[in-house]
Amino acid sequence: MAIIIILISISLLIAIGFLVSFIWNLRSGQYDDTYSPSVRMLFEDKPKKKVTKDSKK
Amino acid sequence: MPTVVIETVKCFHCGEESEEPIYLNDKAFCCDGCKTVFEILNSNDLCEYYRIEGYSGTSLRNVQRGSFAYLDAADVRSKVLSFESDNLSRATFHVPSIHCVSCIWLLENLRKLNAGILKGEVVFGRRTVTMDFDPSKVTLAQIADLLSSLGYAPVISIESSEKKTQKPASDRTLLYRLAIAGFCFGNIMLFSFPEYLGIDEHDKILKPVFPWLNLALSIPVFFYSASIYFTAALATFRQKQINIDVPIAVGLLALFARSSYDIITGFGPGYLDSFAGLVFFLLIGRWFQSKTYEGLAFDRDFKSYFPLAVSRLSGEQWTPVIIYDLRKGDVIRLRNMEIVPADSILREAEAYFDYSFVTGEARPVKVKVGGRVFAGGRLIGKPADLIIEKETSQSQLTSLWNNEAFRKTNESSYQKLIDRVARRFTWIVIVLAIATAIYWYFYSPSEMWLVLTSVLIVACPCALALAAPFTYGSMQRVFGRNSFYLKNADVIERLASIDSVVFDKTGTVTYGKLPVVEFSGKMTEGELLDVKMLTNCSTHPLSGIVSRSIVGQPESTISDFKEIPGKGIQATINGSQVKVGSAQFLGFFQVDLDNSYVFVGINNEVRGYFKIRTNTRPHLKTMLARLGSKCVALVSGDNCSDKSAMKALFGPAILLRFDQSPHDKLEFVMDLQLSGKKVMMVGDGLNDSGALQQSDVGVAVSDDSGVFSPACDGILDGKRLGQLDKFLSLARYSSVILKVAFGISFFYNAITLSLAASGHLTPLLAAILMPISSISVVGFSSFAVNWVAGRVIDNQIN
Repeated sequence: MAIIIILISISLLIAIGFLVSFIWNLRSGQYDDTYSPSVRMLFEDKPKKKVTKDSKK
Repeated sequence: MPTVVIETVKCFHCGEESEEPIYLNDKAFCCDGCKTVFEILNSNDLCEYYRIEGYSGTSLRNVQRGSFAYLDAADVRSKVLSFESDNLSRATFHVPSIHCVSCIWLLENLRKLNAGILKGEVVFGRRTVTMDFDPSKVTLAQIADLLSSLGYAPVISIESSEKKTQKPASDRTLLYRLAIAGFCFGNIMLFSFPEYLGIDEHDKILKPVFPWLNLALSIPVFFYSASIYFTAALATFRQKQINIDVPIAVGLLALFARSSYDIITGFGPGYLDSFAGLVFFLLIGRWFQSKTYEGLAFDRDFKSYFPLAVSRLSGEQWTPVIIYDLRKGDVIRLRNMEIVPADSILREAEAYFDYSFVTGEARPVKVKVGGRVFAGGRLIGKPADLIIEKETSQSQLTSLWNNEAFRKTNESSYQKLIDRVARRFTWIVIVLAIATAIYWYFYSPSEMWLVLTSVLIVACPCALALAAPFTYGSMQRVFGRNSFYLKNADVIERLASIDSVVFDKTGTVTYGKLPVVEFSGKMTEGELLDVKMLTNCSTHPLSGIVSRSIVGQPESTISDFKEIPGKGIQATINGSQVKVGSAQFLGFFQVDLDNSYVFVGINNEVRGYFKIRTNTRPHLKTMLARLGSKCVALVSGDNCSDKSAMKALFGPAILLRFDQSPHDKLEFVMDLQLSGKKVMMVGDGLNDSGALQQSDVGVAVSDDSGVFSPACDGILDGKRLGQLDKFLSLARYSSVILKVAFGISFFYNAITLSLAASGHLTPLLAAILMPISSISVVGFSSFAVNWVAGRVIDNQIN
């Protein structure tokens, strides 16, 4: 049954790892703006050649 | 049969409909401003802007661009920049017009427009853009000009440069506490299960492990997450008061102490799961209630309206100087649309100043050389030089902020319902605790401490403490969905007690600034210009309105000008006699006409009339009818030319006051309060600031939540003003809901208290009852609020 104690300590360590990473994220400001990053990742820089086509649209 | 249909075309840039579009290739634009933006974007391969979200631009039709040259003065620049070096500087601009995905895209791609800009990053929620740029290639003023030329004029004020990035840090600590409490709560619950399910005798090694683990986990909860309750309770205790934090702190303390004792002595598993759960729920309540609208500012004073700097004459040169460094005798130069930073005297040539924001008076005022100009006025037309007479902080308008109304906060003077309930609750618990202690002392002294702590534990009014945040917090969100943004959730409680509503006129009851003028009759363009000329000569407010409604430049000569007070004006223009005035003045009588009709006669022939309609917001009349006797007065800084229209709108019983200075408005509200009324002020401009601050609830009406609104408790979208009474009744419903929620939580407290007092409270029972009571209270208030809101608001729209 002592194995349970080892398992518990491992699980607790993992959980603490997640808690620490969450606090780290919070501290680095990841949750300050929850909107712009979600749209920013969809922006793309297009190759220059398509210029004329786009401006017509 | 041929019919003429006036087609309105949507502007390609901003999507606003226009009857006279300007075409570029096949695209229509409502104004030159929009067209220019399109040209800039098009020539720089940035038309992606229009593809992300159609009609994404901001209309530039009514925008007057100011100058940002002052930003390049060294001392101004250092206030605005958050980082400065030879080849990299960083500035954060507040740009209220950010509203969609395209805005983000464009502002973050400005480097394609100007090579000096290295990077832009938008924080949408706060409506800010942070620019990294190379100061050797581009100046701060150029960036601000670029932004404003694209329709994203940054708001730069002393206020925004003073506080920079202070805000987020304090908001985050609550989240840290919440995260840690949640983490510990989950794990403690997990480790409590073996105890509840029963550990066999042969697991002797395991049995003590779990409680000790729980104790270890609950230490950060007690010392970090819950510490706000202890400090708050201590603070109120020092002031010899009792609020909701006191019984919570006592309960938490009892829980933790009793559990630690149980575990250390091996007596039992303790109540640590209940303890961590309580803290977690309470913090969720706090977090839920702390919802704020980051994009909106509720604490602006004149500082955010005033410019950061102006051009001052030093020697022979004009150099930008921060307005607080202005001293008496300084000479400053203002350009078109710039704001007068301090009371001063006009140095040369006459100029027009628009005081609409300060006084509510719609008409620009003409000031002659040597005339006084007051801070807050806006220069219209050619640049003008002024000599400062008083420093900014001592000027007439700004001295309003020295009033003591701005020093005290509404929150401190207001006794919250929750604290009144908590005080009674605390006394009951104290009496109960003493009674049970005495009983058990005689009955079974060994168990006295156990029972006493149990009583204190269950008395912890967790559900009670959650009721208010969730009722008011949900209601605040409902309000927000309906475009009424409250500073914080506590405002709802004050809203519920309002029994007098005071309105401002210009910008609040009426739209914008100018009344609508319609001409009916027959006149040639030349004759219309003659009328403009004639009305120009008169100072009567109606003349000004008529004059401004006619477009063009009159060139005729005028003679024999005569003004008959209360009737009209007449003169000879180009040989013909022109008369403008009331129906009676023109020689015919008609009933039912008030002074909102201006008749025109040329050579004794009536040619038609101007109908002047104050452009009031829709649905006001029905809203005022529903408000009934709650609506008390209209206080306007404007002159009384609208009196009859306002009388018709508000009805005879309501007090109408015109020509009120900002100080008068404040005093008016104060007088009402002294007579025992709870006053709500509805206003929009700087001139209402004092009244908004003094009133119990100050509501600023705004047509565009991005633009300036004075310090207030709530910002209401102008389109929703017709529903003001609905918001008031919703606020009152929230109080009812809150009281029912209190009832529910008392019901649970009664059950648990009876269990505790009789010594039957086991850790398992506590672990079940406490979350259930909290969840049922939270569930009830959230559901009830949304249900009531759905009914009240829907009725309105139909």
